[in-house]
Amino acid sequence: MSYQPIRFYQTGTFTVGNRLLPDEQRSVQANMRRTNSLNSGHRACQGCGEALGARYTIDAAMEATQRQLVAANATGCLEVFSTPYPETSWQIPWIHSLFGNAAAVGTGIAAALRVKGRHDVRVIAQGGDGGTTDIGFGCLSGMFERNDDVLYICYDNEGYMNTGVQRSSATPPAARTNTTMPLGQSAGNRFGQGKYLPAIAMAHDIPYVATATVAELHDLEAKVRRAMEFRGARYIHVFVPCPLGWGHDSAATIRIARLAKETGLFPVFEAEGGRVTHVSRIKRKLPVEEYLRPQQRYAHLFRDPPRRDVIERIQQLADRNILRYRLTDGVERRA
Amino acid sequence: MKLKPFAITLDPGSSLANRTGSWRTVRPEYVDRLPPCNHACPAGENIQGWLFHAESGHYEEAWRVLVRDNPLPAVMGRVCYHPCETSCNRAQLDESVGINAIERFLGDEALRCGWKFAAPAAATGRRVLVIGAGPSGLSAAYQLACAGHGVTIHDAGPAPGGMMRFGIPRYRLPREVLDAEIRRILELGVSLELNSKVTNVPGAMRDGGFDAVFLAVGAHIARRAYIPAGSAAKMLDAISLLRSMEGGERPLLGRRVVVYGGGNTAMDAARTAKRLGAEESIIVYRRTRERMPAHESELEEALQEGVLVKWLSTIRQAGESSITVERMQLDASGKPQPTGELETLAADCVILALGQDVDLSLLDGVPGLEVKDGVVQVGAGMMTGHPGIFAGGDMVPGERTVTVGIGHGKLAARHIDAWLRGTTWVHPPPHELATYDKLNTWYYSDAPKSRQPVLDTIRRQSTFEEVVGGFDEVTAQFEARRCLSCGNCFECDNCYGVCPDNAVIKLGPGQRYQFNYDYCKGCGLCVAECPCGAIRTVPEEI
Ligand SMILES: Cc1ncc(C[n+]2csc(CCOP(=O)(O)OP(=O)(O)O)c2C)c(N)n1
Ligand code: SF4
Ligand SMILES: [Mg+2]
Repeated sequence: MSYQPIRFYQTGTFTVGNRLLPDEQRSVQANMRRTNSLNSGHRACQGCGEALGARYTIDAAMEATQRQLVAANATGCLEVFSTPYPETSWQIPWIHSLFGNAAAVGTGIAAALRVKGRHDVRVIAQGGDGGTTDIGFGCLSGMFERNDDVLYICYDNEGYMNTGVQRSSATPPAARTNTTMPLGQSAGNRFGQGKYLPAIAMAHDIPYVATATVAELHDLEAKVRRAMEFRGARYIHVFVPCPLGWGHDSAATIRIARLAKETGLFPVFEAEGGRVTHVSRIKRKLPVEEYLRPQQRYAHLFRDPPRRDVIERIQQLADRNILRYRLTDGVERRA
Repeated sequence: MKLKPFAITLDPGSSLANRTGSWRTVRPEYVDRLPPCNHACPAGENIQGWLFHAESGHYEEAWRVLVRDNPLPAVMGRVCYHPCETSCNRAQLDESVGINAIERFLGDEALRCGWKFAAPAAATGRRVLVIGAGPSGLSAAYQLACAGHGVTIHDAGPAPGGMMRFGIPRYRLPREVLDAEIRRILELGVSLELNSKVTNVPGAMRDGGFDAVFLAVGAHIARRAYIPAGSAAKMLDAISLLRSMEGGERPLLGRRVVVYGGGNTAMDAARTAKRLGAEESIIVYRRTRERMPAHESELEEALQEGVLVKWLSTIRQAGESSITVERMQLDASGKPQPTGELETLAADCVILALGQDVDLSLLDGVPGLEVKDGVVQVGAGMMTGHPGIFAGGDMVPGERTVTVGIGHGKLAARHIDAWLRGTTWVHPPPHELATYDKLNTWYYSDAPKSRQPVLDTIRRQSTFEEVVGGFDEVTAQFEARRCLSCGNCFECDNCYGVCPDNAVIKLGPGQRYQFNYDYCKGCGLCVAECPCGAIRTVPEEI
């Protein structure tokens, strides 16, 4: 992995910056001259994980490409809250076309740049989980299959948030959305449905696939940097809590993302050429309940009597992830 | 490096026109909270403040912050019982920060490099008499001299330091260290008169032309207990024993020494006896280990050196080569009660370590002074009932430790200074406490506490060499970096990073940050993710 965790550097080892570290070991976000690709004044909700994740990601990409970057953006919160025409928060060249075609637009831009001989300019396509796993899935799979030189970023907030919180194929089991209401015996979104895009991306044997969360900035930045070292199709899936859709405190966004990782519900790993090369191990394993309880979308599991059966099934999903990705192995693992 | 972004030619309408700050119902604010270590320090040291500099390897700066409150860091880094460490938030994470050992490192580093105190403020022309050159008197003299006052210390003893010299054995505090730190205080222009016991305070004030007095004569009259003893029985008190260690001749105690008492002085006496060649050094104490007033670490070190303890025992009688002890039993209220069971212990000598009283003779005839329970009463401003006469240290009510003495000296100096200027000194309102729940400890990595080297037992039993060793620089810095910086910004950039709205302005090294309230939506992420609890939320007036 390109990111070496800083060891025995007690004071704020995992913080964004650190006055005691040499500049090159600090994050892009610590820099006073970071791009601020997604600038102030955007209309994302208070504590929006997607807004945060997008700035983290695109600032890192700008840094990695010496600011030679174009982005295509699918419809969704990220597009709507950033760019109510004629205003925009983006401080990079940025194109919006449709909900389902961001990957195809990225492919087109990459083709045009190749024709023009602009190998220095890199292309990003990005969108929400709905735009990625559902309506944009065909375009994305095509982009992977052709190995087009585009880095695709999915900001996964586990639902169609921009249109008022509907289910997507990335919505987790038992979660309440406006289309998966917990009525009667039903406990929200069904078990046994949905798809896990990082694994599907890996199955395309593309050069690079990674998952990340807004809770681990150093890891996320390193993955963006690593992705930019490859040519061809690359995919990063960023876990971005949505205070509005998930019903948690706006101050809890990062903590929720941290809990998703620490419970094993969201595995954080890296794969090259279809093979897992690195896994971020769980620091302190926690029961899924710690993650579920602060979120209103799971409130129906904690009524009187609580739905122990459902919580247990979710725990099994976490345990399966932990086994599958070896999330609790003693040492950080390289395959 | 190309800095101009690709393909941007036109300025799009920027979202900066949209002041999202208007959404806010609560606002974040930077604060400095009181770290629990600072809060617990009897000398009022700004511990987190000096650790901050030590973390960067700026040891002289760290030392300068430290000595604002305590002029004896090399001494205190050895003899303080460090309540700071007991209350350190890191103890709830793994183990407390080794504050005391870092303080010692800074103190030693200052002596090694010859750092001097900053020059005193312009002379005020006022003169203060300090009676007693122990920790409290030296601390007050230092603070008063720094403030520009003329200071003269009188001490009845042959050398300065008080209990630091005549009570604390050299194996805990080498005399070169003590001498060097006292010398540095005197170099500020403080005059010291030794072997000069003051008997008439108002007279001394008048004759010397002093505007105020600080009394800090300590407590060194050994308490006695009535023990029937044969004429040949050898008995002495712990304080005389420890004092005599500073003279040329080493006292002869015999092969089997019994120390009577359970305080720190008892530990010091028993350990000293061991070093003087006693084959057996036994502490007789009437209660249990849990109820012993001695500091746990002192008892532990004594036991390591082979000192034995007879718990729940009192001495009934002392003879020439043996004593009779009676077993005690704790009653429901925890008081020891005799059981009538007697036992004989071989003993060549009995050392009494039953506490000390204040020599109040110098206060005779001072009007207005109030003495209660053997100690001088003072007000919140450390002034006695007699205007202009202040007192501190072991002779006033309070815990009797060197650190408390230093704290009293500093506090009294603040009030004396104000009094001399015709004003009053008011303690600035304390910051809110930075309790553990204010921290986000996820950001700190695990790091085990560093251990100080310890002399091997054989040498501890036979020589007066210093028992506990100091840190080297690498270890001191490592240990300093274990500090969580509770309640005070350490510029980790977390707030600057985690704001989804770029509403935190980073001002640059040493300048901390500022909120841009034009765009801050009040989500509270910065508050939740600040590792050290240096941001709070306050309701917005709507
Ligand atoms: C073809 C089409 N169908 C539906 C929509 C309405 N629409 C806009 S955004 C959105 C949901 C976006 O969800 P997601 O991609 O997960 O992004 P999020 O808002 O959650 O970040 C929908 C359904 C549309 N713009 N275009
Ligand atoms: S709905 Fe969710 S994703 Fe959309 S702006 Fe609000 S917090 Fe962000
Ligand atoms: Mg979504």
